[in-house]
Amino acid sequence: MSLSDDEIRQLDAILDHYPDRRAAAGTAMRLLQARRRWLSDEAMADLGEYLGLTVAELDGLATFGNMAFRKPVGRHVVLICDSFACWSLGYAELRAAVEAELGVGMGQTTPDGRFTLLPIVCLGACDRGPAMMVDDELHGPVAPDDVAGILEAYA
Amino acid sequence: MTSRPGLPGYPAEDRPFTRAMRADGRPATIDDYIAAGGYEGLRRALDLEPGEITSMVTESGLRGRGGAGYSTGRKWSTMPLGPDAPRPKYIVCNADEMEPGSFKDRFLMERNPHLLLEGMLLAALATESDAGYIFLRQQYDGSAAALEQALAEARGRSYLGKDVLGSGFPFDIQLHESIGRYICGEASAMLNALESQRPNPRARPPHMTGAGLFSRPTVVNNVETYMAVPAILRHGPDWWKGLSVTDEGGTKVFGVAGRVAKPGCVELPMGVPMRELIEVHAGGLLPGYGLRAVCPGGASTAFVAPADLDVPLGFSTMGEARSRLGTGTLVLLDDQTCPVGMLVNMLQFFAQESCGWCTPCREGLQWMASLLEDLEYGRGEPGDIDVLAEGVWFMESDKCFCDLAPGAMQPLESALRLFPEDFARHVEEGGCSYRRRGSDAPAMRGTTW
Ligand SMILES: Cc1cc2nc3c(=O)[nH]c(=O)nc-3n(C[C@H](O)[C@H](O)[C@H](O)COP(=O)(O)O)c2cc1C
Ligand code: SF4
Ligand code: FES
Repeated sequence: MSLSDDEIRQLDAILDHYPDRRAAAGTAMRLLQARRRWLSDEAMADLGEYLGLTVAELDGLATFGNMAFRKPVGRHVVLICDSFACWSLGYAELRAAVEAELGVGMGQTTPDGRFTLLPIVCLGACDRGPAMMVDDELHGPVAPDDVAGILEAYA
Repeated sequence: MTSRPGLPGYPAEDRPFTRAMRADGRPATIDDYIAAGGYEGLRRALDLEPGEITSMVTESGLRGRGGAGYSTGRKWSTMPLGPDAPRPKYIVCNADEMEPGSFKDRFLMERNPHLLLEGMLLAALATESDAGYIFLRQQYDGSAAALEQALAEARGRSYLGKDVLGSGFPFDIQLHESIGRYICGEASAMLNALESQRPNPRARPPHMTGAGLFSRPTVVNNVETYMAVPAILRHGPDWWKGLSVTDEGGTKVFGVAGRVAKPGCVELPMGVPMRELIEVHAGGLLPGYGLRAVCPGGASTAFVAPADLDVPLGFSTMGEARSRLGTGTLVLLDDQTCPVGMLVNMLQFFAQESCGWCTPCREGLQWMASLLEDLEYGRGEPGDIDVLAEGVWFMESDKCFCDLAPGAMQPLESALRLFPEDFARHVEEGGCSYRRRGSDAPAMRGTTW
């Protein structure tokens, strides 16, 4: 098992939030992803062993959710809202500006491993559309000219 | 409007959702909250019987703010009480807010997190429940931080924990972050998600108040629903009823997004007309833009025509505009944006987010989205509009397992009704002639990373 002592300590701490081990699976995946950025096959196997679940059961959850990363991602994840309020307020222009700045398209990672660009549904920030997130930070409204300045801050 | 707490003209006391909010935009601390009368409802409720709390909520007329508008008191009154009731019992807060065009719960949690904790505590007292979960949208990092801070403060002063305020009542709340899909906001799918089961919706009966989370009695309410309760306990149901313009009671957090001068959220009496919200509070449309329609409460509510803007925003009134209140956060369709293109975007969302459990929704939404794409990109044929209308009828008529698919039909049904000439022109002219065209399909539709 490749879970570190520190990871096991953190996982143990969330077990008391739930009446059984299985119910902690979603939170456990989130926790491990937050530490390792993505969930490798090995990580899923270790987590399955730790929780007493099969990898298939865990993958049933991971593939249902839209933000369990089963492939490597860059150091920063950029999410651009593509739902209807942002769409009407300049999603297409924002997306084009981000793609031009990063030199990659949706679903891709920059060659230096710094950014992964992904679509996201409404961020609950329609009043600030067009909106995007970089890691845990919400930005909006973002004009195409703002994009370079915003991304610069993420090394 | 920029999401400022309340407005001049409405005294702070009459703004139960926002009165504790800080002017600097940071989350209200426990001291800010208590200074604004916070946790007084809890202190009163500790002296009441569970049934008395629920009666006050029922009398207030409070209806669920997650979209469907079910009576909150009635829901709570179906929880089994007394020594023979199954234990543990759960209080779950639906803070998923993934429906496009819904943007009130994030504002409320980021700015006034203790109000949610107090509301859930009151629900727990009323139903003799043992533990609470807040099921939070994954991208709501600001809300998560505000809630973590509030939970720590509340535990520190024994508002939460093994012995709430020395009353002998134990209750604590855990924050649970979603793995992220719109269907997880459907209350029964949410319970599966909380158990880390694959989050398809569950069959009903049994009702959740009989067998919900981990098969135990469970109350599921929206963020804003719980947040309404402390003021009802503190000031009484009559006071709450007196707040609204119509007879529905209370205030509500409304919002306006789109090409207006001051987009944002604002707390106003229930029953304000859409026109006041748009023209006064949101500062009206930006120069050069006209209004074609309003989506009043999230992507699963029907578009409202400008002629109906004087209809009061309320659960019982919005039917006059052939729509629903939904979440009460308005998204405007302006006259330079293609209605067909907007519908393409909305249907792509619902098709992508279908959980795949039942055939009409899994297959039908994809198909309808692709018909709309054909219209938008010049591949439409004359019969397509009739096929779409037939699809609306089929999906609305109780053939799907949950409300996602019928909800997806609301904007389409209304668009076919309000913009027939736009649909027809897309066929005749072989595509879209608006400046703001439909964007291309989401790059990773239906895939996971
Ligand atoms: C597909 C779907 C998504 C939903 N998403 C949410 C949501 O994000 N938040 C919410 O409060 N209710 C949502 N609901 C409604 C819930 O099923 C449920 O009615 C609500 O949480 C009950 O709370 P209330 O009575 O306080 O409104 C959704 C319903 C459906 C069908
Ligand atoms: S209507 Fe759609 S979302 Fe609801 S259960 Fe059926 S497939 Fe799933
Ligand atoms: S549509 Fe983009 S944040 Fe709501």
